[in-house]
Amino acid sequence: MRALRLTLGALGVAAGLYGAWSLRGVEWADWPSLLAFLAGGVVLHDFVLAPLVVGIGVLAARVVPTAWRAPMVVGLVVWGGLTLMAVPVLGRFGALPDNPTLLDRPYLASWAVGTAIVALAVVAAGLVRARRVAA
Amino acid sequence: MRPARKLPSELPLPVKSTDFTSRLRGPQVTARVGLWLGVCFGVAFVTGVWSHYAQSTPAWLTMPTRPVNLYRVTQGLHIVAGSVAVPLLLVKLWSVYPRLFLPVLLRPSRATVLQALERISILVLVAAGIFQLVTGLMNSAQWYPWAFSFRSVHFAVAWVAIGALLVHIAVKLPVIRGAFAEPVDAGEDRDDRPDPPPRSPAGSPAGSPAGSSAGSPAGSPAGSPAGSPSGSPAGSPPLSRRALLRSTWLAAGLAALTTAGASVPLLRDVSVFAVRTGSGPQGVPINRTASMAGVSPDMVGAGWRLELVNGSRTATLTRSDLAAMPQHVESLPIACVEGWSAGATWTGVRVRDLLALVGADPGDGAAVTVTSLQQRYAFGTSVLQSNFAADHKTLLALEINGETLSLDHGYPARLIAPNRPGVLQTKWVTRMEVSA
Repeated sequence: MRALRLTLGALGVAAGLYGAWSLRGVEWADWPSLLAFLAGGVVLHDFVLAPLVVGIGVLAARVVPTAWRAPMVVGLVVWGGLTLMAVPVLGRFGALPDNPTLLDRPYLASWAVGTAIVALAVVAAGLVRARRVAA
Repeated sequence: MRPARKLPSELPLPVKSTDFTSRLRGPQVTARVGLWLGVCFGVAFVTGVWSHYAQSTPAWLTMPTRPVNLYRVTQGLHIVAGSVAVPLLLVKLWSVYPRLFLPVLLRPSRATVLQALERISILVLVAAGIFQLVTGLMNSAQWYPWAFSFRSVHFAVAWVAIGALLVHIAVKLPVIRGAFAEPVDAGEDRDDRPDPPPRSPAGSPAGSPAGSSAGSPAGSPAGSPAGSPSGSPAGSPPLSRRALLRSTWLAAGLAALTTAGASVPLLRDVSVFAVRTGSGPQGVPINRTASMAGVSPDMVGAGWRLELVNGSRTATLTRSDLAAMPQHVESLPIACVEGWSAGATWTGVRVRDLLALVGADPGDGAAVTVTSLQQRYAFGTSVLQSNFAADHKTLLALEINGETLSLDHGYPARLIAPNRPGVLQTKWVTRMEVSA
């Protein structure tokens, strides 16, 4: 296993250095934008999104009845993951006035329907589990 | 045995990893989500490098012309893998988030150096991984709020991400093996009733503590921040590891279903987040319209000519000249780098028949540079490698799905070749020159 780990590590370092070397062609003027995008994702995740999710968890643990917690976690994982994935199409930021074939779906309506389905599923599962606890 | 903990000079942190009390976190969840996240990154990396070289093929490489749908499949996979990776990455990062707040060693020592190296490699991995998913998904929706060139940077950072991933796997291999060596619910003494029994605060899950610290150079208590002394209600996991994993697979599966329809016609009706429906004028979506590309109707009127150049031999053809040549019909997809694709039937003149007019034989290995009338944006010219130029399916198309090409589809004539990225299917062709 030691040989495998050393090989993987060496391959990884080589690939990473090749990637860094491949960035040499980036114009000086473009580096601020590139660095902002490289750092922005980490900063937004580690110091905004993750604390938000942890905070929701801490809050839910205090105010949400036990029977409802599991459905809410499942709902958050599914709804949150898909919502973040869909941000570029939900906002239709890349839409072009003269090209109706681009981003040509009712994304917000679909997202609203999906959100409603998740919410209904969470409520249904929560009610069923709460009743089972009471019984 | 915690030598790292005995060092007094640690960076004071406002939050400690032991403040996190969810017993759901731990290598059992992290390794299983990480495996599929790694698969997604691997698929996206291989298909992405493939796409990069398909778009600008170096001289030492010959891309195949068959199967005709190959690029359609690889680029569709590329975007789906990136989309699926989003929920996987979120759960993966959640499962290791407390490790961000592990004690940071400061006193010079071997452990300090190893810890610093590992943390830097994780920072590089997370930064590059998020960067790839964010810029990739934005680009597939044609949203470019950055200054840099997407293709070259996405390619370079892909190598950084896959390199950091390999290093990460190398470092964590003992933890990963430990996590897969036992059932997912090992040491998870809970049942799935909605009302879990109260747990003793000292009840640390037996989920391979040895395995979790083996991969950590600092020898710190890794993975499972279970030793919470607080015993707060937050420490009672609301669901089992198995249920969390199933939720993650559900989110990942829905991510695939809701995006794959951009390239899989069967899924068109369920892919509510796909960047295209796949329909458009004359049955095919438009990537760049004539007005965006700066091509006006008067540029392609009666004065339009196709110029063929092979060294000193040249020929100039009108559209009627092209229409009078032998016409061929081919079914070929437009497969775009944004991950959408659509099949169509194209009618036109074989490129090799055109080259023969100026005495060129692509069988000799000469490439052809195809130039568009377009005034704006990249890919105003594309290079047709000799095997593509020689292929009988490579057409200078005049019709799409039985109708004369509309201006937005490249009237008077456009290139269409098998297994070729959409940006290289040059529209509004005005010149084809054989390279020496």
